[in-house]
Amino acid sequence: MMKYLRAHFPWSAWTLLSAILLATIFTPATAQNAKPIRIGLSMAQTGALSGAGKSGLLGMQIWRDDVNSRGGLLGRPVELVVYDDQSNPAMAPGIYTKLLDVDKVDLLIAPYSTNVAAPIMPLVKQRDVLLIGNFALDANAQLRHDKYFNIMPWASVKDATLPLFSLCKKLGAKTIAVLAADAEFAQTFADGIRAGVKANGLESVYDQNYPPNTVDFSSMIRALRATKPDVVFVASYPSDSSAIIRAVNEIGVGSSVKLFGGGMVGLQNASIMESLGSALNGVVNYHVWAPEKTMNFPGVLDFIERYQAKAKQAKVDQLGFYLPPFNYAIGQLLADAVTATKSLDHKILAKYLHENEVKTVVGNIRFSATGEWANPRIVYVQFRGITDKNLEQFRAAGKQVIVAPDGFKTGEVSPFSQARE
Amino acid sequence: MRGWGRFSVGASVVLFTALVLTRVAANEYFFFAGYVVLQFVVLATAWNILGGYAGYVNFGAGAFFAAGAYTAVALMKLFSAPLPIQLIAAMCVTGLMGFVIGAMTLRLRGIFFSIATVAVAVICETVVMNWSLVGGARGTTVLPPPPPEGFSSYARMLFVLMTAIALLAVTLARHIETSKIGRGLRALRDNEEAAESVGVPTLRLKLFAATASGALMGLAGAPFPLYMNFIEPTSAFSLNYAVSALAMPIIGGTQIWIGPVIGALLLASVQQIVTVTVSSELNVLIVGVLLVVFVVAAPNGIVGLAQKLHKRWQRR
Amino acid sequence: MHFDLLAEAIVAGLMLGCFYAAVSVGLSVAFGLLDVPQIAHPAFLVLGAYGAYFLGQYGVDPLLAGALLTPVFFLGGLALYRFYHATFERRGGDAGLRGLAFFFGVSFILEVLLILSFGVDQRMVEAPYIGKSLALGEMRLPLRMLIAVGVALLLTLALSAYLSKTFTGRAIKAVAQDEMALSLMGADPVRIKHWAFAIATATCALAGALLIIVNPVEPGLGRLYIGRTFCVAVLAGLGSMPGTLVAGMILGVAESLVLNSLGASWAPAVAFGLLLLILAVRPSGLFGR
Repeated sequence: MMKYLRAHFPWSAWTLLSAILLATIFTPATAQNAKPIRIGLSMAQTGALSGAGKSGLLGMQIWRDDVNSRGGLLGRPVELVVYDDQSNPAMAPGIYTKLLDVDKVDLLIAPYSTNVAAPIMPLVKQRDVLLIGNFALDANAQLRHDKYFNIMPWASVKDATLPLFSLCKKLGAKTIAVLAADAEFAQTFADGIRAGVKANGLESVYDQNYPPNTVDFSSMIRALRATKPDVVFVASYPSDSSAIIRAVNEIGVGSSVKLFGGGMVGLQNASIMESLGSALNGVVNYHVWAPEKTMNFPGVLDFIERYQAKAKQAKVDQLGFYLPPFNYAIGQLLADAVTATKSLDHKILAKYLHENEVKTVVGNIRFSATGEWANPRIVYVQFRGITDKNLEQFRAAGKQVIVAPDGFKTGEVSPFSQARE
Repeated sequence: MRGWGRFSVGASVVLFTALVLTRVAANEYFFFAGYVVLQFVVLATAWNILGGYAGYVNFGAGAFFAAGAYTAVALMKLFSAPLPIQLIAAMCVTGLMGFVIGAMTLRLRGIFFSIATVAVAVICETVVMNWSLVGGARGTTVLPPPPPEGFSSYARMLFVLMTAIALLAVTLARHIETSKIGRGLRALRDNEEAAESVGVPTLRLKLFAATASGALMGLAGAPFPLYMNFIEPTSAFSLNYAVSALAMPIIGGTQIWIGPVIGALLLASVQQIVTVTVSSELNVLIVGVLLVVFVVAAPNGIVGLAQKLHKRWQRR
Repeated sequence: MHFDLLAEAIVAGLMLGCFYAAVSVGLSVAFGLLDVPQIAHPAFLVLGAYGAYFLGQYGVDPLLAGALLTPVFFLGGLALYRFYHATFERRGGDAGLRGLAFFFGVSFILEVLLILSFGVDQRMVEAPYIGKSLALGEMRLPLRMLIAVGVALLLTLALSAYLSKTFTGRAIKAVAQDEMALSLMGADPVRIKHWAFAIATATCALAGALLIIVNPVEPGLGRLYIGRTFCVAVLAGLGSMPGTLVAGMILGVAESLVLNSLGASWAPAVAFGLLLLILAVRPSGLFGR
């Protein structure tokens, strides 16, 4: 046996092997000095929310690599403990108890989206731990947990409806049609709009909730067109969003329409934007970030560039304008609090985040008492001059012009039918 | 009634162990994962009463589960009803649903019956989506009351409750299987016309099996809102419940009560484990491969495989 | 509702119904005629859709891609049935029930393979007829839905003719009714079934291309089509090709009308309620054998 090994195994290999063995014996000592800081979260990697979820996770991983290349936090490397919740809220309670009790993570980030985060809010409040919310709308309204901070730049649905109503006014709209998916986010958004119709001097001429995963919208668009509305507010999910835009393109919504869009999820997604191409022109839709000059926060362009370089290989959203910069910012938020307080104590960290403004790639964030952005920032973009089959165009400014609110405006809104010509 | 003594001793031991665990086990996660596994034991056992014994494949297990859960939510929202009332009400509602689909077997056989259960599921989901009292499509948050006397957390109490429900389900299934009802059901599964002609009261048996199966599935769903602290229709009516309720008995074995239990313990545990280990799209792959491998390798389920191996071993 | 809107809703419903028929026709053969519980049928549709997407990246028209992939799917169906037959049907017992679990497993595996190779983002294809419409007076008919009508008519008429005019076709129909009699006639029922299942799978190539022409697809989309396709196949009365077309249209029109009524969100309940109602009156479907 030894003879065989000696014959086939050169001395250099033996030395290397012993070196590795020695290294493994001695590493526990060093590892104890630098026990990683574990940050736990669940993120949808399969199911309906996985498109955004996977891109957000990549953003967070870029942050982790950044912070580790700079020596970690408090001299300790950072480790992400990530589970796939399959876009299913029923998975969340189990996963977060595991993160807290078995993995004993140091810091906790909420799952992406309101529905998946909702089940863990009581748990988090009961355990009294710090939780960074990840695009959950108004998740803390009921419980008012004092250690909850949401990275989503809008605190309540009002923040989204106000700029939209101001656009209606600017365009001189009198009538509004509402088309909303019968599902969580779309209903919340649409109800916010419905509540404000009268107060903003509008008259509702069409109001329908469609069942999720409707295949063909052409007959709905026809019925909607027949009411000749000035504004068409749509709250929809990705697959419906593309189907609705296509149906509008084919059927037409009539020349009366001055404003179209509003709450269409998916129109921030690279593959959908690329495929819809010129059909998007004129559509006004909510967004959280766009490559416009008013959104050029320090570091964000550098991040987007590095994200895009990695996104292709990771087969996730090629642009990364939605979740990724905000999930990078979650990391920055935690890093800032931990570094400034030199602590991992959730009470101290929460106190710091309540009292201080934090610099991130999505701008400076200050939190309100319920842990939402004190100065919410939801923008409306209008697609302009989009051509077909061209992903590159979306990386440049001027294609998704910010038309509201005034503080971030990079152009004036033009009436829908005009902008489509 | 051979073997009931041993069975009841076993059941008591299981319940006692569950109670002891809530006292000694420090790890809260165990109870969350355990609850889900037990919930699938109930679903699989309940499905098997109609699907395995009588041969009527119910594709709407998710609807029964969700109906149980939403009955509980509605009672909480309307009358702040306590948990025992919720459980009984959920059982009644889904039992009635079971009775209705049982009545459908009058006219519908085979796949026509299965598709009808899908239709029932879709209709139930649409009703819930449009019912604002229980949160509609948006869902609603349900805050659990403080844990009852003797339990350090609500999850531990739910774990014991689900153990008790699972034992109830298994006891009922075993009773049905070993009694005259079971013989009648097997007869009508093999040949309904023949059974009818020799005087088996097929309709009464089918109605009984469907009602029992439905009531147990609803019972599995009733504590779900309190487990989740939240409920919304898409996940409550998830296809996963329908697939699991049918796959677990098939993997375990449909002819004997222990089959669904083994299938559920195996598949649900594997699902729980991969969720917190592999945790990516490979989850789904593992479940898919397991399904294929088991139905190919063990044609009569794990129980059938074990029996075959046992016989072969004895012959040696 | 105005009369012209009603008329438009019905026309839209008929086109939608054709789309439903086109994606269900393979199931009508595999499940309706052969009694194979092909739960993975929608997963194969999505596979066909991704096939069209993949070829579309090289500039191939989605319909052409569907046609090109048809033989590939045919061979795939042949292989799948060979395995299914050897492991389930030949061994006897409750083949149907275990087959159900088996095909669920297959569809999960297909879904993950699609995620691994294409990611989870939605995919669409580009073609000159997508996003355009045909004007008929005030009415606008989306070209992609007209394509659906064409594909549905092509598939149902061709299959219907094949099943009634050719020897193999008639043998397939015979196998559904009486296997024994067929073998007495000197035809091998197992070979006939192989052939028929392969045809059923092959339709998924073209119907899948249609799926991605009509709407964007994502790997898990198949799950949403299990209910719809089985609903059409069962409503049709197992194995009837004209029945499939009619059943699809009934569902499409019902859905379209409800979407235009006051309670659009009730559309799924109405469609499936209708199914229950029809089954109550005709327990083996509209054109049941």
